[in-house]
Amino acid sequence: MAALFTPRANVIMTASVLAIACAVTSGCLLWFAWPYTDYARQVGWTIEQPVPFSHQHHVAGLGIDCRFCHSSVERSAQASMPPTFTCMTCHSQIWTDAAVLAGIRDSFLRNTPMTWQRVTDVPDYVYFNHGIHVTKGVGCESCHGNVATMALTYKAKSLTMQFCLDCHRDPGSSLRPAENIFDTDWHRVPSTPGPAALLARYHVGGRNLTECSICHR
Amino acid sequence: MNAVRSVCIMAISLPLLAGGCDDMSKQDRENPYASRNSAPADIAQGTVPYHDAPHPVPPLTAGLLQRGRSEYHAFCAPCHAETGNGDGMVVQRGFPAPLPLVTPDGHALPSRHVYDVITVGQGIMYGFAQRIAPEDRWAIVAYLHALARSQHATRADMTPEQQASAQ
Repeated sequence: MAALFTPRANVIMTASVLAIACAVTSGCLLWFAWPYTDYARQVGWTIEQPVPFSHQHHVAGLGIDCRFCHSSVERSAQASMPPTFTCMTCHSQIWTDAAVLAGIRDSFLRNTPMTWQRVTDVPDYVYFNHGIHVTKGVGCESCHGNVATMALTYKAKSLTMQFCLDCHRDPGSSLRPAENIFDTDWHRVPSTPGPAALLARYHVGGRNLTECSICHR
Repeated sequence: MNAVRSVCIMAISLPLLAGGCDDMSKQDRENPYASRNSAPADIAQGTVPYHDAPHPVPPLTAGLLQRGRSEYHAFCAPCHAETGNGDGMVVQRGFPAPLPLVTPDGHALPSRHVYDVITVGQGIMYGFAQRIAPEDRWAIVAYLHALARSQHATRADMTPEQQASAQ
């Protein structure tokens, strides 16, 4: 009786086993790694807003400070979206006929809030407080990127738990002097106090910042 | 027998455990931006609107002046300019120019008046009561006095170190 399998069968079988192993391994990797990709995290995606607000124009072009609109950022957990009243502080006088601002005027006249869409969000099981970060030396740019370059606003950082922990494990290097908190493109210069000096200035480091209950409450 | 028992325990406990598998990132809690329940409550008897509550003048410290400088640059400088002259960037883009904050003889406007204008606005200027906390309004007022003085400063006002560095 002739051999049931030709020598080629060995090659086919080995190749098949390897292919299945590869498929399973890469499938598992994809399964676990996918949620951490910038694509799945929607990093860099612009989000459609009721009025196409440009941070680039208002921040880089006009030099308006973050707090002019996000005024509760130093005192509250929420940076807060500006009410229409804030837009109308200027737009009651300039660009009063602009078609692009029709939604703002409508909101003001009808006394109905704008439905700005949140761009940067953390899951509901994360307790995040803007006030403590801003008053302890973390600049807006550290999490929001350089918004002065954003014609349409997008999420600039992944905001994974890894991202938060990178800083909570070593906060010193991310702190900046109080006068630079709201700078959108800040870099250390030789006269900048070192990480240790900033940690001492802001009294950061007395508590373990990687405790679970710091963020999960 | 033991095997049947473990299978039963598994059959009951696994669905119970699976009941915990929901998307924790979306939890049922109030969204302060979009909840009818978080609308402001009716004003309680015997209270006054928050910007009418008395806010005494805080003591003048270097920290207050620094705070005032920061707040002034954030909220006032777009129109009033960093100098207080009223030719800020938004004015250069077409907003009607405000009057100078510093009088020609180098004095700031009356403190109480400036505080009240920041609170409720004046003319086409909107009030900033919601955006600038009362103590920060006083800080801005204090900074305006420093700003006024700086514009008529002489060499004699400088410390010896400043004079040396200005050589």
